[in-house]
Amino acid sequence: MPTTILLFLFFLGFLLLYTVLAVYAERKMAAFIQDRLGPMETGYYGLLQTVADLLKMLQKEDIVLRGADGVLFRAAPFVIFASVFAGFCFIPLAPQGIGSESTTGIFALLAIVSLDVMGILMAGWGSNNKFSMLGAMRSVAQIVSYEVPLGLAVLCVAVCAGTLNLQEMAWQQGIFAIESHAWGGVFSWYVVRYPLLLPVFLIFFTASLAECNRAPFDLPEAESELVAGYQTEYAGFRWGILMLTEYGMMLLVSLLSAVLFFGAWNTPLPNVGIVRLAEWTSGTPGHISAWLWGAFWLLGKGLLLVGLQMWVRWTYPRLRIDQLMSLCWKYLTPAALLLLLLCSLTKLIF
Amino acid sequence: MDLLVPTLFFIVGSLVFISITFGVWRLLRPHRPDANKLTAYECGEEPVGSAHGLFNSRFYIIALVFLLFEAELLFLFPWAVAAFRSQAAASTAWATFVSIEIFLFIFILAVGLGYVWRKGYFNWGKMNYSQTLIQNSPIPRSVYEAFNKRQ
Repeated sequence: MPTTILLFLFFLGFLLLYTVLAVYAERKMAAFIQDRLGPMETGYYGLLQTVADLLKMLQKEDIVLRGADGVLFRAAPFVIFASVFAGFCFIPLAPQGIGSESTTGIFALLAIVSLDVMGILMAGWGSNNKFSMLGAMRSVAQIVSYEVPLGLAVLCVAVCAGTLNLQEMAWQQGIFAIESHAWGGVFSWYVVRYPLLLPVFLIFFTASLAECNRAPFDLPEAESELVAGYQTEYAGFRWGILMLTEYGMMLLVSLLSAVLFFGAWNTPLPNVGIVRLAEWTSGTPGHISAWLWGAFWLLGKGLLLVGLQMWVRWTYPRLRIDQLMSLCWKYLTPAALLLLLLCSLTKLIF
Repeated sequence: MDLLVPTLFFIVGSLVFISITFGVWRLLRPHRPDANKLTAYECGEEPVGSAHGLFNSRFYIIALVFLLFEAELLFLFPWAVAAFRSQAAASTAWATFVSIEIFLFIFILAVGLGYVWRKGYFNWGKMNYSQTLIQNSPIPRSVYEAFNKRQ
């Protein structure tokens, strides 16, 4: 229980700090990709831009439309944020550092995070705005569709790992594993040990972009047709929570792919001969050094993947709704099924 | 208990966090509603009707297909863990049993996918809105056709 409380406070604090910086980073990244400067005025090099936005948001009026369903409209941010944030409970931050020691971690994570859909539908219906309604419909159709390839991709990893506990997966991918891999580091990551997991990661990454409603799958918020989708009628801090959740979801799926494919909290540096790089950068389990190194590596990998998501957003054009559906059901799902078959056969033979 | 208590703690904790931020927001924000602010946004026009109306049945079909697949996934998760325990996997009988199961399960999933695909539920076909509009229009159809030809 003390670990749970500690991790709750850590993830909440980190999420707030990360969102402030990630919004700034995304605007800067967009600006540089499009050959402009981005925010420059507030603070040195525009660094305080998000803080200023946040302060402005706190002074905005609370507007609940006449004709809106007040209860659903007000409850939606709670449901959306709580369901996404509860997912962090299953992310192993360090050896011995996981919120819930449940043996069905990844399964529970997928189950709880998909409750997010309920909140989106509540927001869309509660707003009594046509844009919100259409946005929520699209969002729900998209999220539930992409949950199928996402679930199959996770299943491939579960078959290779033989466990659903994310902490156990993390242990297997490092120098502390029971069947120790001589070099450790990057060579004991799942994606290197089971090369079949590389295409699985691509499916997972694509599906996770759609789960976050991120470009190129941001149809629910397509500003040229739907204004802001289900968020259209939200203002002030209630909208702020929706934004926080979007960035929280990005971080959650990035941390999850780091755990599933890229060695969780394990160091990427291998032991080479007498240069014990892996041991020097791992700490001792149970000691504070393992906590620090673990958090550093896991969050580092997670943030790199978040950066990749932003890069994708500003590189690829948005898909059309029929392309979105056919990509999910006609390409990703059959591919994921085939990979599941191959993964289980490999596991059975070797 | 390993699952329930920490998850509940995270959920309740995040609800408390939102309540606190909303409390701070309440102290700082103005409250001056008027009739214009409280109407739905429809690009500056007066909103027409209510958004609580009919929706496209395509969304319903997607939800139904999702439900079928998710139920199958649900069964595959325990299978993924139970089938590949290293001690049990050593015996040949177990390996044969597991491989038959793999093919059976994935075959069922694939058949389901193929059925829905064949039925055309994945085709997000174009709705022919213009046809309906023309049918309900007081302007004769030939005018539209002449206009389209000129384009």
